[in-house]
Amino acid sequence: MSKIVRTVANFLILFIFTYGLYVIMHGHVTPGGGFQGGAVFASGIALLIVAFGAKSVHRKLKEHQLSVLESSGALLFIALAFAGITTVFFYNALVGSSFFGNIPPVGANPGDIWTGGLIPLMNVAVGMKVIAGLGSILLVMSLITSGATEVEE
Amino acid sequence: MIEGMTTYVPYLAVALLVGIAFYIIMVQKNLIKLVMGISVLASAANLFLITLGYRAEGVAPIYTNAPIDTFVLPVPQALTLTSIVIAVATLALMLSMVIRVYRHTGSIDSEQSRIMKG
Amino acid sequence: MRRITIAVSLLIFVGLLMAVVMTVHPFGYPPSQMDDYIIENAQTETGANNVVSAVVFDYRGFDTLGEATILFTAVTGVVTMFRRKKEEAKSDV
Repeated sequence: MSKIVRTVANFLILFIFTYGLYVIMHGHVTPGGGFQGGAVFASGIALLIVAFGAKSVHRKLKEHQLSVLESSGALLFIALAFAGITTVFFYNALVGSSFFGNIPPVGANPGDIWTGGLIPLMNVAVGMKVIAGLGSILLVMSLITSGATEVEE
Repeated sequence: MIEGMTTYVPYLAVALLVGIAFYIIMVQKNLIKLVMGISVLASAANLFLITLGYRAEGVAPIYTNAPIDTFVLPVPQALTLTSIVIAVATLALMLSMVIRVYRHTGSIDSEQSRIMKG
Repeated sequence: MRRITIAVSLLIFVGLLMAVVMTVHPFGYPPSQMDDYIIENAQTETGANNVVSAVVFDYRGFDTLGEATILFTAVTGVVTMFRRKKEEAKSDV
């Protein structure tokens, strides 16, 4: 694409990635969470693919790295679900303890990040999964339709 | 009667979207427009879920520093989140299948790619 | 001619759908026993201020597990459809 588009994309991509990670991390205090923040991050990847071309992005970001990120996000989600297995599957075992364990006062209150139990950790796991999944779909589809020289089987 | 019926406008929007989506699916021969019709049907289902959970004069169910008002029901919104992600997944699979059909037969007209003709 | 028949029958279908949906409950006054309990007790039981996040990850965590599986399967399917042939560099002995 032209020089204006590449310069603006170089400048904007930092803010888009930071905003996506902010929405993922504050999922238990403000509207948002894992799925929404992952979608914002993946739209940043789409901006990179449109501005610089699929072949340049593919030189830096292989499919193998995205696959490892997605699988580790899924395994982390299942491990967190098993963390409270002594009571029941999917039990929130960290409420009241010292790691992410404050309890907010009932009713209107200014939000506190250090609350929520297992919910912020689950948000991070689902966020990793959605980022890698949507990024893989975008990368593979743009590689195929950009006139790559390899024939698929 | 018109004043009583204006509270049912969201239900009318859902029913119209379902009707338009079914018309597109039944009439179109172009494969990509057919996939768009399926996506409109999924959006109609998501809108129906959200309008079922609306409480009159309600706000989003999040405790902030503002004084407490009546809250909308939170469970339909959680179900709609799941439904949106499933719609995106099926749309990605359908579009990749359309690309494969185009590479194999050379056109995206559904009449050209009938293999089992009598 | 065929398109007009389909359009008219779909208009009747839209009318019937409206009539059915209006009898579920009037718009704005849903029955809400379970949701009242969740709104009352979400802050003390789960410790989160966002009731929708508490519902998605704590009260109905199984749905999120199923949806993560669907997303994983869809990404696997898309990447499988566009696999490329590797060139044969080594030969079997």
